[in-house]
Amino acid sequence: MEQTWETPQMAQGTSFAWSRVVIYGLLGFFALIYLLPLVVMVLTSFKHLPEIYAGNMIALPKDWTIEPWVDAWQTACVGLSCNGIKGYFWNSAKMTVLAVVISTVLGLLNGYVLTKWKFKGANVLFGLMLFGCFIPFQIVLIPMATLLGKMGIASSTTGLVFVHVVYGICFTTLYARNYYVAFPDELVKAAMIDGARFFSIFWRILLPNSGPIIIVTVIWQFTNIWNDFLFGASFSTGESAPMTVALNNVVNTSTGERPYNVHMAAAMIAALPTLLVYIFGGRYFVRGLMAGSVKG
Amino acid sequence: MATTYAEPLGPHAAPHVSTRLQRLLPKLVLAPSVAITLVFVYGFILWTTYLSFTKSRGYAVHELVGWLQYERVWAQPRWSVALHNLAIFGILYIVICLFLGLLLAILLDQRIRQEGTLRAIFLYPMAISFIVTGTAWKWMLNPGLGLEKLAHDWGYTNFHFDWIVNEDMAIYTLVIAGVWQATGFVMAMFLAGLRGIDQDIIKAASIDGARMLRIYWRIIIPQLRPVFLSALVILAHLAIKSYDLVVALTGGGPGYATDLPSTFMYAHTFTRNQLGMGAASAVMMLLTVAAIMVPFLYSEVRHSRATGRD
Repeated sequence: MEQTWETPQMAQGTSFAWSRVVIYGLLGFFALIYLLPLVVMVLTSFKHLPEIYAGNMIALPKDWTIEPWVDAWQTACVGLSCNGIKGYFWNSAKMTVLAVVISTVLGLLNGYVLTKWKFKGANVLFGLMLFGCFIPFQIVLIPMATLLGKMGIASSTTGLVFVHVVYGICFTTLYARNYYVAFPDELVKAAMIDGARFFSIFWRILLPNSGPIIIVTVIWQFTNIWNDFLFGASFSTGESAPMTVALNNVVNTSTGERPYNVHMAAAMIAALPTLLVYIFGGRYFVRGLMAGSVKG
Repeated sequence: MATTYAEPLGPHAAPHVSTRLQRLLPKLVLAPSVAITLVFVYGFILWTTYLSFTKSRGYAVHELVGWLQYERVWAQPRWSVALHNLAIFGILYIVICLFLGLLLAILLDQRIRQEGTLRAIFLYPMAISFIVTGTAWKWMLNPGLGLEKLAHDWGYTNFHFDWIVNEDMAIYTLVIAGVWQATGFVMAMFLAGLRGIDQDIIKAASIDGARMLRIYWRIIIPQLRPVFLSALVILAHLAIKSYDLVVALTGGGPGYATDLPSTFMYAHTFTRNQLGMGAASAVMMLLTVAAIMVPFLYSEVRHSRATGRD
């Protein structure tokens, strides 16, 4: 990069330059491979069907069309009904927004209690909650299906919101707790001496300083809940299904000549919300990912 | 206002009703979440475990049959295939992810232009549901439409890549797609680890004339041991929990050639009316994950307490 001829590093400089070529070459190669599925999806979603069957998958569309996107949204068949994926998209949107808000609020309050109002056994309780993040959810499917049925909220968005809140709390609590641990106790103590109470301390002192952790938590929860498939497939049927389940049905129920362009458009629509969140909040997404891997 | 509640954890002060409430409030706020965890995590674990010892098939019954459901699971060829697949998938997935993740992290750590863009490219698969990207992968792996056709179009007519419809090879397509999804995450962990290493040691070594490869092999990589451990644990538990991947890519097929314990459990519980066997397989999954996660979480929590981070 910045080499001067005067320095006696010249001999090393040449091999240095070669290693740069290798490094950039490798990174570029991997970047292409990583982008390939997304590129194929986008390109295919803008092609007419005959062009897909005749042409190759990474060629640019000769004749761009947004028809597959419109079809996916309005007329694609999910199982037996052919009203597109729009209804399922809104199912997912409602479910995700509600579950994210509720689980984040609970997580923040839990984190606040677990760090600033510690009591005997608080760490044990936290440990118990933490394990809930890592269980294979197969272990709760049967009881949850039974319970949702008994409560009368099986196959409803309400039921799925409930499930996502229940199994999201451990993550939101983990994030908030690890963040509030580093928040100075002195500020909280001072407010107590001034006579501030539990909620007003939280509201006036912690919450205004919680911006970053709220973003991390919301992004993490949003991505996880929007992308969930297992709970959606287990606890919803027909019209109440979330987007991922509907997409899987779209892809697997077509008969005859498969409209791959519509499949890819549907997949893109399903991916867009989390993809946008990732593009605009990638930094926070990575932070959540790392915090979710416990280290910290 | 009075200052009786200035010391929330202090010894018993004047037992005003509002004060008592104020002192109880933190616990009251935490209580719903604790209750939820106790019921919906631990209670449900017990419930499923109980079911696995009953005769339940289409619906739950309370007749206990001992280890019968476990014996029935182990007698299924499909279960052996699922375990065998998990072993192949798990080992390759972990090893390749660790290797590629470390490689990418080291490459990115060489003062690269556009590092942010590249990082974003390697990580985006983590942000999208596998049901979505699986659609693309399935298509690319389809012999008639995807990579094989592309190679044929380019003149390599002898190129064959039909793993996804080949019973013996289909499991490896899961490895490819799984690795593609998780490497970015491992890369991010290693990159954070690399950035935390004391640069002076590296400088000292390079002044001594050590070559860069040697410095990495002898000095830097050994210091990343804790990252290796975390990544290993996270990947192992992800491998056991993998479900979307199979559904999106192969649906467990051809036949049941790409079943994993997770899809075995789902199929027996929801489509084959074998609640007892479903429960038994779920319990075995949980025990495997617990064997990996509990010691890890325990040491993490202890460690953070020892270093004063609490």
